[in-house]
Amino acid sequence: MTRAIPVTLISGYLGAGKTTLVNQMLRQANGTRIAVLVNEFGELPIDEDLIEARDDDLISIAGGCICCSFGSDLTAALQRMAEVSPPPDHIVIEASGVALPGSIAQTVDLLSFLRLEGICVLVDCLNVKKMLVDDYIGDTIERQLCDADLIILAKPDLISPRALSELEDKLAGQWPSTPRVTAQHGQVPNAVVLGPHAPRSDRTVAPHADALYHSVVVQMDAACDAAALSRRLADPAFGLLRAKGYVRDHCGQMALIQLVGRRVDVTYPPDPGQPGVVCIGLKSRFDAAASRRLITELGAVVPDPL
Amino acid sequence: MSDTTIYAAKKIITMNPSRPEATHVAVREGRILGAGSLEELETWGAYTLDDRFADKTILPGFVEGHAHTMEGSLWAKTYCGWFDRTDPDGKTWAGVKSIDAVIDRLREAAAALDDPTAPISGWQLDPIYMNNTRVTRHDLDRVSTTRAIGVLHASGHIMNVNTKALELAGLLKTGINNPGIPLGEDGLPTGELKGPEVMTPVGSFVDFERNMLDADEDGLRRFAKLCVRTGTTTITDLASRLDPDTVEMMLRVTGEIDYPARIVPLRFFMGLSPEDLVAEVLRLKDLSTDRLRLGRIKIVADGSIQGFSARLRWPGYHNGAPNGLWYVAPEQLSEIFHRALDAGVQVHTHTNGDQATQLVLEKLAPALQAHPNPDHRFTLQHCQLADAAQFRQAAKLGMCVNLFANHHFYWGDEHYTLTVGPDRATRMNAARTALDAGVPLAIHSDAPVTPLAPLFTAWAAVNRITASGRVQGEEERITVSEALWAITMGAAYTLHMDGEVGSIETGKRADFAILEDDPTTCAPGDLKDISVWGTVQGGRIFAASDL
Repeated sequence: MTRAIPVTLISGYLGAGKTTLVNQMLRQANGTRIAVLVNEFGELPIDEDLIEARDDDLISIAGGCICCSFGSDLTAALQRMAEVSPPPDHIVIEASGVALPGSIAQTVDLLSFLRLEGICVLVDCLNVKKMLVDDYIGDTIERQLCDADLIILAKPDLISPRALSELEDKLAGQWPSTPRVTAQHGQVPNAVVLGPHAPRSDRTVAPHADALYHSVVVQMDAACDAAALSRRLADPAFGLLRAKGYVRDHCGQMALIQLVGRRVDVTYPPDPGQPGVVCIGLKSRFDAAASRRLITELGAVVPDPL
Repeated sequence: MSDTTIYAAKKIITMNPSRPEATHVAVREGRILGAGSLEELETWGAYTLDDRFADKTILPGFVEGHAHTMEGSLWAKTYCGWFDRTDPDGKTWAGVKSIDAVIDRLREAAAALDDPTAPISGWQLDPIYMNNTRVTRHDLDRVSTTRAIGVLHASGHIMNVNTKALELAGLLKTGINNPGIPLGEDGLPTGELKGPEVMTPVGSFVDFERNMLDADEDGLRRFAKLCVRTGTTTITDLASRLDPDTVEMMLRVTGEIDYPARIVPLRFFMGLSPEDLVAEVLRLKDLSTDRLRLGRIKIVADGSIQGFSARLRWPGYHNGAPNGLWYVAPEQLSEIFHRALDAGVQVHTHTNGDQATQLVLEKLAPALQAHPNPDHRFTLQHCQLADAAQFRQAAKLGMCVNLFANHHFYWGDEHYTLTVGPDRATRMNAARTALDAGVPLAIHSDAPVTPLAPLFTAWAAVNRITASGRVQGEEERITVSEALWAITMGAAYTLHMDGEVGSIETGKRADFAILEDDPTTCAPGDLKDISVWGTVQGGRIFAASDL
């Protein structure tokens, strides 16, 4: 059996910055073949300079990435993507502005050749307060946020620091277990949005965005309870946004632990990698001291400096 | 031989207000030369008198403003509905009244197949009428354990499958955590799949192709037979994805010399940006033929009331369910309106809940100010929960409504007790209020959701009787002549085709519904029982008995 392709959902209302984020993601793909599924080819879903070729329903992007529109038949588009040769390393679904990501996640969950990696919901800092009380779409945006594993605050530079902190408080109050990051001009490392599997994925992102994050690889000495460990990693006290890697479980099997915001997942891939879990967090919450605490509390070691 | 035929009838009800009744109609080149007395029509010169309809009542061919050609494709599957229903070949299938009866019917279908692994699919199952009995995979396993079996519910939102189907789809396993897939005590799925998201992965194994929106070739031909049996000569397909292959197929099939209906497919809005959507529809419009009228857009704004996915205003659902879903963002709706008005492309918008209707009204008003178009006839489809103020506003904006009259009969009781409660259930599909507010009105079946039969739809709007036999909303009943107008001129108006079809008068298409009885003199309660002999479409005669 071939390994299931990881899928990340990018959700958020119109104007929340989904397209900007996706374009940034493609710019820092750096060898990772990302397949982007968009609801429709609207006005420039992909920056012109990234496009190598286009036909009716497929855009080829520099570096082996592709973008395709799915209209009203997401399952068919996902199946088509999985049959591309070679298969993409990661599928990113840019949901429509009113779609509920939880319901798209259900579709992904049922397709055995895919594995849902996480749901990132973008929030338009400038307009979200007004939109949350809008009669028509307020409850839709709220439901999107309920489905989020990770909340990305877009356009933070367009509001005052005070307004930003009020917004953060509001989101933290309503969704306390969902981590948040801010992203100016879509600047979030791929390691955070897609997971740490992308080779050197942090090299091309703008330095100021990269500088916001801290990552460490931890390795468990002894066999452990993989499920329990993954739940511990999700403890908001550690401030982790992402974790991914292998541990040896009690039965001696190599378990793949994955954490995306509040979502944890333990699987047993047929071809496991070396032991070691990459942990990524915002420096403001996951600093050197916090990573030492994490390592101590888990009884882990640091194999190599990252 | 003359190129003019004059048909004699017992009575011709023309829907032409200046000459409401006639005894004869003259047809030349597929069009109506005139309607009146034989003496009057003889003045046109040589003619052939055809008296095969001498004991029939002739009405304009019915126009169904909201149906789906997919109904034709569904008849390739096994009918499992509660109500008796007539198939394209004229066989009336008795409604199945128990799970055992469903099993028996599926077994009959299985017995007719040689390949023991060929899938079986059924449609229109409605457990609401069976005390909401839950069907399980074990029930369907009684039909077969070697074939995949899938039965779609009448709502279209739930499917029951057997163990084999789950197995083929890789879903016969424990640990599934999905609200759309209920689990049994053994931790395995019960076989009930709720919602399109969970139906899709199994659909291909049980012969429910993904692209259910579009009819296939045989389905399109079967669909036309249903049109003949029901007196329908012009009918919408609301909506289709209209990909190039589908368009090519529809042009070819409707172009066949004996194809008996005029199909008006609306392009589904999803999958293209508003700019590309309008450009695509303009391109399609140029491909139109007499029997395939392209060039209109269908938007779906919200979901369904009985599925609790319609968008309602305060106080929401009667049972406290959370508000429904948007299928279009307000800004996107607005942009399509602006661009379509600018390009002169017509848009029909599905709105079931009153909040969805309100959104359309609010977005259309400024778009109309930016792109004045006094004869746009943008149409609210279903518009089931609109109140009087919304109808008044729709009238002011020049909108039409196409109300879901059949819905009362099939789900009216459900709406009264469960979804929206007594008050709003009573005003649902408020045809009287719409007409009084001056909104051009059509009424529809939404086939295959309910059966195609314009006379039944007229009956539903005139009587407002529910499946349990109650009159629900007697103040919203309309008269027989208003209902007959709605299924002819009313629907034609919503398609900008009222100058061409919908009445029997000089210059219009020779499209007739040939009836065995006179709907204007029968008891209003008998409207739905009037037999249809067949149709005349574009001057061509189609007898239901010859199909």
